Amino acid sequence: MLRYVGRQLLNMAITLFAVSFLVFMLNELTPGDVARKVLGPYALQDQVDQLTRQMGLDRPVYVRYIEYMGKALTGDFGESIVYRQPVAAVMWDRLRNTLLLATVSFAVIVPVSILFGVLAGMRERSRLDRAVNVFSSVCASIPEFAMGVFLLAVFVVWLKLLPGTAPLTSSGGWPIWSQFVLPVAVVTIYDAGYLISMVRQSMVDVMRQPYIRTAILKGMTFRQVVTRHAMRNALITPFTVILLQLNYLVSGLVVVETVFAYPGFGRMMLEAALAKDIAIVEAGTLIAVGVTMFTQLAGDLGYMALDPRIRV
Amino acid sequence: MSDRDLLLPVASATSGGNDAVVAPHASALATLWHLLTGSKIAMVGAAIITFWTVAALLAPWIAPYPPNTLDPAGLIYPYPSAMHLLGVDHLGRDLLSRILWGARTVLTVAPLAVIGAAALGTLLGLFSGYRGGVIDAVIMRVGDVLLAFPKIILYLIIIARFGASALNIILVITFTAAPIVARIVRAVTLDVKNRDYVAAARMRGESPLYIMFFEILPNTRGPLIVDFFLRLGYTAVAIGVLGFLGIGLPPPDPDWGGMVKEAYGMIFVWPHMTLIPAAAISSLVIGFNFLAMGLKEAAQDG
Repeated sequence: MLRYVGRQLLNMAITLFAVSFLVFMLNELTPGDVARKVLGPYALQDQVDQLTRQMGLDRPVYVRYIEYMGKALTGDFGESIVYRQPVAAVMWDRLRNTLLLATVSFAVIVPVSILFGVLAGMRERSRLDRAVNVFSSVCASIPEFAMGVFLLAVFVVWLKLLPGTAPLTSSGGWPIWSQFVLPVAVVTIYDAGYLISMVRQSMVDVMRQPYIRTAILKGMTFRQVVTRHAMRNALITPFTVILLQLNYLVSGLVVVETVFAYPGFGRMMLEAALAKDIAIVEAGTLIAVGVTMFTQLAGDLGYMALDPRIRV
Repeated sequence: MSDRDLLLPVASATSGGNDAVVAPHASALATLWHLLTGSKIAMVGAAIITFWTVAALLAPWIAPYPPNTLDPAGLIYPYPSAMHLLGVDHLGRDLLSRILWGARTVLTVAPLAVIGAAALGTLLGLFSGYRGGVIDAVIMRVGDVLLAFPKIILYLIIIARFGASALNIILVITFTAAPIVARIVRAVTLDVKNRDYVAAARMRGESPLYIMFFEILPNTRGPLIVDFFLRLGYTAVAIGVLGFLGIGLPPPDPDWGGMVKEAYGMIFVWPHMTLIPAAAISSLVIGFNFLAMGLKEAAQDG
């Protein structure tokens, strides 16, 4: 077990290096862009070349990569050209905001998904199953930006009950908590719709197993069969999927953040990539990749703990 | 559960399969028709998809206006009217025409990307899970690196480097979705390969390929059928999202996500310009997902 964890951690380190190198290469293939971006479109080519030399961007890629990684390991990710601040300062701030939104959403999504998934899947084709199934399918079908504008049209434009943006300042006259309602609602509706159908499907598969029939024939109540025999097994398959939602909740919130002008990590990455703010893109990618890899390790370990048939 | 299921090995009973799905002699179309007519919800889904497919195919002939022609005069009354059935957008372009042409975009790009991802992912997942060892390690490692990239960043890097063409979007979606399909297939394979009937097949002297494709693959059918159609929906969403974020297919050709983005700032004044394309993409994805759900049920009923 310890050996497995150790090997996975080594894998993580290797993958992180591979990813950082790939991103570095892809982004740095056009070094002229950085200086041009800093100086603006009216700067002379001479000035651009000079700044490129000053920033050390004319040296070979691998030299700059080693230098970059050396600094990154000490927490120095360079300077953002869009925000005119150290990358670390911008990034931790944005990451904290996104983690806040993600945590609130996750805390709503997981219990809701398991509850409805199990309720629907335990009696396949029942009226409740039908209703949950159709409803969750519709929820998972509506893209976040579409759900965002639907909710916005109803609650902001029409009813004027909630703020349409979530800048996390109270200057607009709306308390901060109220700014979370619509973003969390959009994330939850979209993601829970998906998770419910995963949990339900797994539950349905488990309820068809012979040992469930045996348990029922043995005289156990339906409630006992569901809670003692079915749920534990039914949650194994969706377990990985549920954990993978954490990745979605870190970098995938970009759409919701864009719709509601939420100052989060995803929107920072989008703005940086569109503006070719390479320092931010690189650092942000490393962070997002680290989160993903950690989730995957946790998923594998949990999977093993839940299902003794799987051994490494 | 019917009595028939109890007589079958666990694998067949749990895969939720039906002979019609795998019957080698029935034509694929006949099978599909049989399954479709067996489920109301699949019919609803199929109807929605048929509607959009017909709209996409006939767009050049039934669209009342050219999709990209600006008409500032249309903004005098931008709402739905007899002249413009769905109204016009913020540049006075006829919304109905743009919606119809937008259907063409998404209904070409999404299916191509999903077929690629499903084929690649299933193959990789089967080999990875069954063979284990070095093959598993290599496939999963490459998959991990791809999955480790936040999708949106991968899209951005590639689109910034190679441009926002339909082909690039298809390739990006194929390669980002294949590792997910592979993980699903691998998880099932790991779960199943220690069961008795696989051991029995091995003792009978069946080849690894036979075991993978005839003993293990059928178990993945349940999750995979769902995944395939759900993924069509997700891909339509992804295309919409790219458009909404401003990194989708380049303007002015209509694409539903891009239309939402362009009109979004006007939602307080002219909400229909945003809501109509948002409703269009939502209905298409609902169609895909209903079809997925219904087909699965019908397959179980036989």
